[in-house]
Amino acid sequence: MKKVIHRNSVVRVLGIGLALFFSLSANLTAQEADPGAGKSLFNTYCAACHNLDRNMTGPALRGVGDKYEREWLYEWIKNSQALIKSGDEQAVALWDQYQPAVMTAFPQLSNEDIDNIIAYTMQPKEEPKAEVAAGPAAGAGAGEQGLGNEVVLAALALVFGMLVVMLYLVNKTLRRIAEANGVEFARAEEEKRLPIWKAFVQNQFLVLVTTIFFLLGGAYFAYGYLMQIGVDQGYMPVQPIHYSHRIHAGENEIDCKYCHSSARVSKHSGIPSLNVCMNCHKSIVEVAPETATAEYSKEFYDGEIQKLYKAVGWDMNTQSYTGETQPVKWVRIHNLPDFAYFNHSQHVEVGGIECQKCHGPVEEMEVMYQYSPLTMGWCINCHRETNVKVKGNEYYEKIHEELSKKYGVEELTVAQMGGLECGKCHY
Amino acid sequence: MRIISKIAIVLSVVVLASCNSNTAPNYQFMPNMYESVPYDTYQESGAFRNGKEGQLPVEGTVPRGFEIYEYANTLEDYNLAKANLMSPLDSLNMEADLKTGKELYNIYCAICHGTKGNGKGKLVDREKILGVPSYDDAGRAITEGSVYHVIHYGLNSMGSYANQLNQTERWQVAAYVMQLKKDLEK
Repeated sequence: MKKVIHRNSVVRVLGIGLALFFSLSANLTAQEADPGAGKSLFNTYCAACHNLDRNMTGPALRGVGDKYEREWLYEWIKNSQALIKSGDEQAVALWDQYQPAVMTAFPQLSNEDIDNIIAYTMQPKEEPKAEVAAGPAAGAGAGEQGLGNEVVLAALALVFGMLVVMLYLVNKTLRRIAEANGVEFARAEEEKRLPIWKAFVQNQFLVLVTTIFFLLGGAYFAYGYLMQIGVDQGYMPVQPIHYSHRIHAGENEIDCKYCHSSARVSKHSGIPSLNVCMNCHKSIVEVAPETATAEYSKEFYDGEIQKLYKAVGWDMNTQSYTGETQPVKWVRIHNLPDFAYFNHSQHVEVGGIECQKCHGPVEEMEVMYQYSPLTMGWCINCHRETNVKVKGNEYYEKIHEELSKKYGVEELTVAQMGGLECGKCHY
Repeated sequence: MRIISKIAIVLSVVVLASCNSNTAPNYQFMPNMYESVPYDTYQESGAFRNGKEGQLPVEGTVPRGFEIYEYANTLEDYNLAKANLMSPLDSLNMEADLKTGKELYNIYCAICHGTKGNGKGKLVDREKILGVPSYDDAGRAITEGSVYHVIHYGLNSMGSYANQLNQTERWQVAAYVMQLKKDLEK
């Protein structure tokens, strides 16, 4: 009996499962297209040239399913050039508008894929309500915190001031009471005792020691002041465009040499020309909301990108350069005196030294500043400590060998190769 | 009176200390030895009409060893380059070229195209730039010539890399891209 009941239940469960499965699959086939799958397809294949709401290389695509017939879209997406050549009116009109930009053929997309993509483009635009609500709230929160600190400080200062006033008043009152009661405090003794400064002047040893102390102290501070003349460590000027190394080199991990490409091949590391910025900022017109910090808002960063567009003469609406450019007056931070020679390629390419060794944690710097002192002592110190990369440098192989023999070492420091000679850097 | 002078001293010290800001460069000892007499890189200069030291070379100037690129930035020439343009790199030295190509690729290209060339670079992962194609994309069917052409001129959203990579380096990168394509198609 038990067995039979058991089997019954199994059968029933199976039956229900099957029914569910069929109804689900029926649902799946009945559903026309999946915007979720469409989104990932769109991001993979289309988003290089199309955005939903603004023109890029190609037109904005929101609602494209209403503008054209589905069959025509299938043909266009799979091979737009063939459609243009066949003389299709719509296709030729589009080509006239956007040429010479060619829409890449996508023979690998099936009709279902295209349906999914179109379903994605047909979704209504999301209102950035949540963002707007969150924005001011976060701002207000930060503001309150800042205000809180100030209020606490002000309150502390007030309390401190009140304490001082109270002490003074108490002292005065006590003194008055004492006087009224006829108590003479300390006056008599004071007159008898020698004033402390007179006692000090009379003690010649003490005067001598103090003078020496002050002279030494003065010399220490004077030396310190003189030694920092001409040293710009920590120099952090305000740049015309607020470029954040933290975002570019830190969060996005763009290689230093992507922008400062001449560091590989020349004396100068080079300030990137604006076309290098436009390699990415042609597509990136605004920062993501999560890029903003408490100190710098999204609006601020977006404004800085607009400054770039203005300087390079990029018209976002037509996606073309206007030709009206204005040079950006970047402020130079690292500056060696004219009498010292330094070559970037020699250090970066041949020496294989990391940029961070001299420039510090640039990937964390919101505002760029000079990390190292760039003094001669600092250069020399590194030349004494750093071993030269001798492996795989055939050009110098012989001299490396001879020098190693001369000093009896495996690895040569820069100093042993003559890196301390005056003429290496001063000529 | 004495109290007032004391307060004045303290205040002036505070004011002086706060003046020491890091947004202005420090004093220089003997500036005429520090400042370059000839023009410095990127310097402003009244000697030129546009007020800059950095000038473009005279039109038609070519650097040593430069070869004129004969294909124009048009669709027809893209197709011509794709079909006809061949790498001048020595096939015997291919290993070294691929090594350099890889280094350069990882600096300039991998940030979008990904270290494997599958279009999944860091910027794509973070959804900053979208729609970067994989090198084995059938609709594009890239060749060495087309890769060189696109590095030279840029295409659609991709900018030109001609000022970051010289001609040999472009060919080295193109060779490495073709190797990545081969690996992807495996």
